[in-house]
Order: sequence, then structure tokens, then C-alpha cells
Amino acid sequence: MDILNTYGSMLILLAGTVGFLMAWGIGANDVANAMGTSVGSKALTIKQAIIIAMIFEFSGAYLAGGEVTSTIRKGIIDAAYFIDQPELLVYGMTAALLAAGLWLIIASFYGWPVSTTHSIVGAIVGFSAVGVGVDSVTWSKVVGIVGSWIITPLISGIIAYLIFMSSQKLIFNTKDPIANAKRYVPLYMFLAGFVLSLVTITKGLKHIGLHFTLIEAVILAIVIGAVVAIIGKVFINRVKIDPQADKEMHFANVEKIFAILMIVTACAMAFAHGSNDVANAIGPLAAVVNIVEHNGEITAKAQLAWWILPLGGVGIVLGLAVFGKRVMATIGHGITHLTPSRGFAAELAAASTVVIASGTGLPISTTQTLVGAVLGVGMARGIAALNLGVVRNIVISWVVTLPIGAGLSIVFFYLLKSIFS
Amino acid sequence: MPVNSIFGVFAKSPIKPIQLHMDKVAVCSELLLPFFEACSKNNWVEAEQVRQQISQYEQDADELKRELRLTLPKGLFMPIDRADLIELVNRQDKIANTAKDIAGRVYGRQLQIPNEIFVDFMAYIQRSLDAIEQAKNAINELDELLETGFKGREVDIVTKMIEVLETIEDDTDSLQIKLRRNLLAIEDNYKPVDVMFLYKILEWIGSLADHSELIGTQLELILVRS
Repeated sequence: MDILNTYGSMLILLAGTVGFLMAWGIGANDVANAMGTSVGSKALTIKQAIIIAMIFEFSGAYLAGGEVTSTIRKGIIDAAYFIDQPELLVYGMTAALLAAGLWLIIASFYGWPVSTTHSIVGAIVGFSAVGVGVDSVTWSKVVGIVGSWIITPLISGIIAYLIFMSSQKLIFNTKDPIANAKRYVPLYMFLAGFVLSLVTITKGLKHIGLHFTLIEAVILAIVIGAVVAIIGKVFINRVKIDPQADKEMHFANVEKIFAILMIVTACAMAFAHGSNDVANAIGPLAAVVNIVEHNGEITAKAQLAWWILPLGGVGIVLGLAVFGKRVMATIGHGITHLTPSRGFAAELAAASTVVIASGTGLPISTTQTLVGAVLGVGMARGIAALNLGVVRNIVISWVVTLPIGAGLSIVFFYLLKSIFS
Repeated sequence: MPVNSIFGVFAKSPIKPIQLHMDKVAVCSELLLPFFEACSKNNWVEAEQVRQQISQYEQDADELKRELRLTLPKGLFMPIDRADLIELVNRQDKIANTAKDIAGRVYGRQLQIPNEIFVDFMAYIQRSLDAIEQAKNAINELDELLETGFKGREVDIVTKMIEVLETIEDDTDSLQIKLRRNLLAIEDNYKPVDVMFLYKILEWIGSLADHSELIGTQLELILVRS
């Protein structure tokens, strides 16, 4: 207990700094995945994409990031094991942050597609199981989380397949694809607005003091979805249909309409990403702050300190602002083959899956969910060529990330322990 | 700065290169018209220039074919089977090769098309070129096919194009029969070896249309497998 009193503010400062840097890294790196499809299909310029990402990543983190943060903070480990030695939890969570942050830097340097979610979960399990005791980990929860990493890309792939097939049936495979695109694209916009706002309203808004009944939430989500669709419709009506363009490629004008839809799904993707991944940076920080502020008393029911979610949001936004442009520029060229009608299906499916996972408090990988969605569109024969070798590398990298995250955090844990005691 | 993004997942689309290759093949074979015009005028200087152009385009097409193969490594996940795509390009490439052989052989022997059959002969070439053009149009629909997930109306459009291609190929067959008959009637007036080569050239021009039809067949196969 003395340690926490003496070094409390220092430990918070340390965890806060590392957490903030981690959020920064997430913003700088993952923005590419969230916004790249929109930039690649020329629905947005890099500058527009970054502004959209900043707004929606922050809103996602702040409005819907609470549930996953609480899972990372207190869901993976059993707090009962730390009641006598709360400082171990403080060291451990800080070590987990350091481990995940370091691994993120190393992976970025080599261009490996690792998941911050996997590294932080691996890191927390690592310090807890080895540093404190195998029983201190809530294994049932961990199994659930790891299971969700397999299931969410699958679900997102199936949703993407269905969305893509529906767009084929309603729009592409009809007599007048342009008219049908104008008619049905706002419907997809409604869907995006509805799903995201419903999850946010039912699950995310508690911590800012707003409570709704389910029926109120559904009505509100319908209203938000309708507003999104109406705004989208206005922009769709402004699209200039160029009959000349259709001589080269019959669907050039239809794709222009889908490009508007892709702006909406890009917002959704950024929001979903913020809501799930902010927790990787600030979940451990929240645990540290909670313990230190309660003088070592581990209170499972404690509220999240008000400044933690915004801190993560600001970190992501700053990372975006500083590195986003460069990151986008490097990937912008490779993905020109993704037309908006495919990109939207992948993004809408991934964003819905991620945001629902965020609502249930499951920390999942946005990247892998998006890859699952892309493969879903591929299964529907919508994409010219996909590199299965790269998909394999992504799968391998997440399997490898778990033990490495765990190993690094064990090292940092013992290091911190020996420094402070 | 390396980025750990997912965009390595998207491989280069083979569709555009296939279309470019087919365009090159069509341009290459269309030169046969000015080539035979020059031959008929006994203008062998001009004929040689055109022959060189044909040969150049054939080389360009070969180059495109090689590049295309490099974009098709194993382990790609595509809506079209990799082997089917490679076969498609091989068939396209045979057209350019045949055009080059025709020009080369005719120029090498300074072979003259007999005046009696010249008009029919040019019509025959034109019809074979029509077949190539139609095959090119069908190949041009590949990106639309991708947009529609190789289903539905777009498949019907391409199937119709392939039907037209088959009719054109039938036309070239009957034109060839007619030309052979006419050549038989006058063949005693010409050097026997030249006549033999004329029959050969007629056959090769026919195979321009045959290869075009085979492109259509291959496309049909691709669509049926969907």
C-alpha cells in the first residue's frame, strides 16, 4: 500500500504516457485499414479521409469505447487475487501497455500486420498467469475472447457476402442499375446509421449519463439512420451522371453513387474502430488509475475516470493527424482495384460486426474483421484477385502475437516490480 | 515507413492486362488488310513496312502475355480459375502469332493473290478480322462481368456476343470453301508451289477466326463454371 501512496501519481503518469503513446500508435497505424478502402476507391481524398477519421474515431472511442475498456480493465483477470497486493496489478497493467506498445513499434517497423488487441490481451494474460498465478486469469473469459477472434471475421465475411449479393440483386443485375442505385443506396446508409447508433445508444451512452429504454433506443436509432439516409440521398442527387463514362465501363456512374455510400461506411468504420481499439490503449491505464485513486482498494464496480476515454480519443486523433497522411499515401496506390460497390460491402459488414462486439465488450481485431469481410466479397466473386499468402501471414501474425505479447509483458512486469520494491 | 495495413491482400487484377493484350492482338491482325493491299499493288517496300509493324505488335503482345503471367502467381483467390485465365491469354496470343506468320510467309515468297479471287479474298480477311473484333468485344466485358459477380444479365449479354462470334466464324468457313473452289478453277494458270502456299494462307486466315471462336468458347466455359 505504501508503494501506491508514494509512487501513485508517478505510476499514473507512466501508465498515462504509455497509454497515450499507444493510442497514438493505433491512430497512426490502423487508420490505414479503416480509411484505406475509401481513399483507394477514390471516394475520398487523403485529407478528407483524415478529417472524417479524426471526428469518428474520437466519437467511437468516447461514445462507444466503454464496454471494451472495462473488459480489458477488469474482465480478463480475477481481481480477487490482487486484493492483498494491488501494486502487482498496477505493475502488470503498465507492463502490458509497455509490451504491447513495443511490439506495435517493432511490427510497424517491419510492416507486419499485427493486431494491437491481440498483443494487449496476450500481455495481460502473460503477466497475470506467470507473474501472479495461473488462477488469477479468468480463463473462461479469455477463451471467449479468443473464440471471438475466430468467429468475428467469419461473421463479418458472411455479412459482407450477403450485403454484396443483395447489392447485386437490387442494383447491378437489373435493367436500370443507375435508377436502382439511387433508390437502394440510401437504404444501406440507413442500415449503417441504424446499427451503429443502436449499439452506441444501448451500450455506450451510460457513462455520459444518458439512459434510454430499448424502445426509445430503437426509435432514436431509426431516426438517426433516416437522417443519415436523407443527407446521403441529397448528395446522391447531386451526382452528375455522365453517359459518356458508361461507354467505357457500363457501371461507371453506378460506382459514383456507391462512392457516396462509401463515405458513410468509412465514417462507420472509423467509429467502430475507435469504439473497439481505444480500449487497447486505455483499458490498462483505466485499471491503474482506478487502483491508485482508491488507495489500493480494488473496486470492481468503480466508474471509469471521466478523462480516460477522451485521452485515448485524443491520442488516436493526434496519431492520425501526424502520421495519417504518410500512412495513407503509402497504401493508396495498391488498392485501386477495389471499386466502391465492393468497398462499401466490406466496410459496412466489418463496421457492424466490430461495433456489435464493442457493445458486448469483446476486444476483437478490426483488421481481421475487415479481412474477413473482404474475403466474403471475394467469395461472392466480387474482387478480381486476392492474395491468400497475405491472408495467411495475417493469421500467423496473430497467432505469434499472443506469446510475444505475453513474454514481453512478463519481462516488463518483473522489471517494474524490482524497480519499485 | 512500412505500414501494417491489410492492403497487401489485394493483388493486381489480371483483367485489365488481358484486355490490353487482346487490344494489341486486334491491332496487330488488322494490319493484314493494308498488308495485302500493298502486296496486290506489288509495292513490296510498303508491304515490308507493314509486315514489320505486325511483327512489332506481335512482340508487344508477347511481352504483355509474359507480364500477365507474372501477375498470376499461385495462391491468388480469383473469381476465375487461374488455369482458365492462362488458357484464355494463350488463345488470344495465337491470333497474333498467326497474323505474323501469314505476313511473313506472303512477304518471304512475294506471293501475289490472283486477281480473279482478290475481292473475295479481302472479304474473307475482313470477316476473319470481324471475328477477332467480336472476341475483343467479349473480352472487353470482363470488367463488367466482375462488377456483376459473373451472374445474371451481364452473362446473358456476353453469351449473346459469343453466339454472334460463332455466326461470324461460320461465315468465314463458307467464304473459305468458296475461295478454295474458285482457286481450284484457276490454279492451273499459276505456279504450283505458289498455289500450294495460297491454300496454306487461306487456311491460316481461317484459323484467325477459329482462334477467335476458341476465345469465345473459353469465355463460355468460364461463365458456365460460375
